[in-house]
Amino acid sequence: MTSDVILSFEDVRLAFAGVVAIDGVSFTVGRDELFAIIGPNGAGKTSIFNVLSGVYRPQRGRVVFDGKDILGRRPHQIAAAGLARTFQNVELFANLTVLDNLMLGLHTHLTYGTFSAIAWFGRARRQELAARAEVERIVDFLELEQWRRMPVGLLPYGVQKRVELGRALAMRPKLLLLDEPVAGMNLEETEDMARFILDIREELKIPMILVEHDMGLVMDLADRVMVVDFGRPVATGKPAEIQRHPEVLRAYLGEAARTGETSGTGEPSGTGEVIQTATVGNTATVGEGARGTDSGGGA
Amino acid sequence: MSTMVRGRPLLYTSYEAEMALLNTRTKRVWLGVLLIIGAALPFLLTDATLQTFARAMITAVGVIGLGLLTGYAGQVSLGHAFFIGLGAYTAAVLGGDPEGRRLGFGITELLIWLPAAGLVAALAGLLVAPLAVRLRGLYLAIVTLGLVFVGGHIFNEWRDATGGPGIGRSMPAPTLFGYELGVNGELFTRDQKLYWLMFAVLVVFALAARNIARSRVGRAFTAIRDRDVAAGVMGVNLARYKATAFAISSFYAGCCGALLYVVPGFLAPNGVFNLEVSVLFIAMLLIGGVGTISGAILGAFFITFLPTATRLIPDAFPFISASPTEFPNVFILEQVLYGALVIIFLIFEPRGLFGIWLRLRNYWKTWPFSY
Ligand SMILES: Nc1ncnc2c1ncn2[C@@H]1O[C@H](COP(=O)(O)OP(=O)(O)OP(=O)(O)O)[C@@H](O)[C@H]1O
Ligand SMILES: [Mg+2]
Repeated sequence: MTSDVILSFEDVRLAFAGVVAIDGVSFTVGRDELFAIIGPNGAGKTSIFNVLSGVYRPQRGRVVFDGKDILGRRPHQIAAAGLARTFQNVELFANLTVLDNLMLGLHTHLTYGTFSAIAWFGRARRQELAARAEVERIVDFLELEQWRRMPVGLLPYGVQKRVELGRALAMRPKLLLLDEPVAGMNLEETEDMARFILDIREELKIPMILVEHDMGLVMDLADRVMVVDFGRPVATGKPAEIQRHPEVLRAYLGEAARTGETSGTGEPSGTGEVIQTATVGNTATVGEGARGTDSGGGA
Repeated sequence: MSTMVRGRPLLYTSYEAEMALLNTRTKRVWLGVLLIIGAALPFLLTDATLQTFARAMITAVGVIGLGLLTGYAGQVSLGHAFFIGLGAYTAAVLGGDPEGRRLGFGITELLIWLPAAGLVAALAGLLVAPLAVRLRGLYLAIVTLGLVFVGGHIFNEWRDATGGPGIGRSMPAPTLFGYELGVNGELFTRDQKLYWLMFAVLVVFALAARNIARSRVGRAFTAIRDRDVAAGVMGVNLARYKATAFAISSFYAGCCGALLYVVPGFLAPNGVFNLEVSVLFIAMLLIGGVGTISGAILGAFFITFLPTATRLIPDAFPFISASPTEFPNVFILEQVLYGALVIIFLIFEPRGLFGIWLRLRNYWKTWPFSY
């Protein structure tokens, strides 16, 4: 049992003054699984990622990653344990080049010390050269060749998202968290990203947790899906089950009614369609604002 | 180098060539020319001018140190003058005459008291670093400002070590492997020798800083400066790297202080390690350009030579007096100039003199097709 589970998230509760962001959520992720978390805006998805990466400290619960209890550990310790992530609002180092951003992903795997760095000799030089070669493989994998030496801040948004994915991959993760990897992307960019996610699964065999509002993407890629609403788990299951789940339907209908985007004439014919319409409205109305203002994601 | 294909400066055939410190022919040529000129200057200039050069070069070491902490790691410190002072007095005490009136251990060997001065300052920097883990931005600046006041008090009161205000003490005359650098010799004058000493120290410290900047340590610094939360999530130990930044920066400050007063040969603790000095170092960093080593050196030279330039003003404009008791005088003008320069650079060229140089270079690169 434990051997094929990379992550178990047990009964976590996280509250900010007045807001309960995560309210008793539990799930597990398998070693070769792509697990998706969906839910309306403010449901607590990003907060789950922030608990996982050590940015937020929950009041209750247990998080076991790769056999180690990681709750209460500092972000850099969790990163060293093999957990990597991307952010909802791109959190790249804008002044650094693509290459340097990727090299930063390798930080924990470079072991030479400050004195070796000063002399740039022996270990430091060897490791930097090896790192450069490794980073080049990621550049190749994510087709970033033409941007390599450009400061990330100057790149188009879609490319930045890709660089951020690359930086997470450079960490040689045992589990990869993707927070809305295709938010704000056009169709072509979305298709590219979907292809990369599939490649990561098939070629690199890295398990992933995907948070995403694009239902098409989630239903196509995920092995299992968990739905959260108001910080509470609504349902967990295979994509097909989730699309038919009455509770999920209710949560999404409620959300659709809140955002006032459903053309809803009352009786929808199929549940899958309802989810589709609901989230389309969702990303169109709230998603835009969320990218600019939601500081909960990373700040 | 044969690994670089001519005419296509960004085409590298190996990562070794690409990641080399001097990865283009232009950089190699420029550095070579600068080193030759730098080493030859003592044969061309008067001793008085050499002294100013020596001061500029050792000041540059201090500015580079501040640049690593503030420019690279983003930790604004107003305590730099304190660390410079610690270095200066460590050197003075270690190198001081053991029979003299002040505390002294008679160790004149440069290779001992110079690193020791750096280490004492670095240790103090390590002690201060935990503050940076708790405080950010202006709060950190204000707390580090406290160091300058505490330090100023200690330097004034601990008369055994410092001589006290108005009296002071002499600085050691450095010897290198027993060779006297601080006295006129048969072949070279004292000022020539001290110039070469500072030149060598600057080259070593600048190279070391460049290596730090391009290593995992330097990348961690920039990550902390730009986005500390993301840096942590990428695996950067914030507390450790902030401490490293403070230690390295203070080491540079300590070494700067140890040598800064060797040229005048004398040091009294009156207004030499106060807030004004900290601010002056920040000004040099801003004017030269934050986030580059060359910028730090440019800034140090610019500000050190500024008084030499302003002292010429009364000749050209007789209504500006050269005496500090009259108004308007050059000293007031100098202060105004510092302030104005900092503001001008902050507004128009945040990359400082280094940025202006970049613009010039790009202009000539595209010449005659400048846009
Ligand atoms: N640092 C914080 N301080 C206070 N409240 C927070 C903080 N971070 C998140 N929250 C609150 O917790 C709730 C969950 O936010 P979270 O960002 O996890 O939602 P989300 O599911 O990621 O939403 P979205 O789809 O918009 O990204 C929201 O009500 C949010 O306002
Ligand atoms: Mg979110």
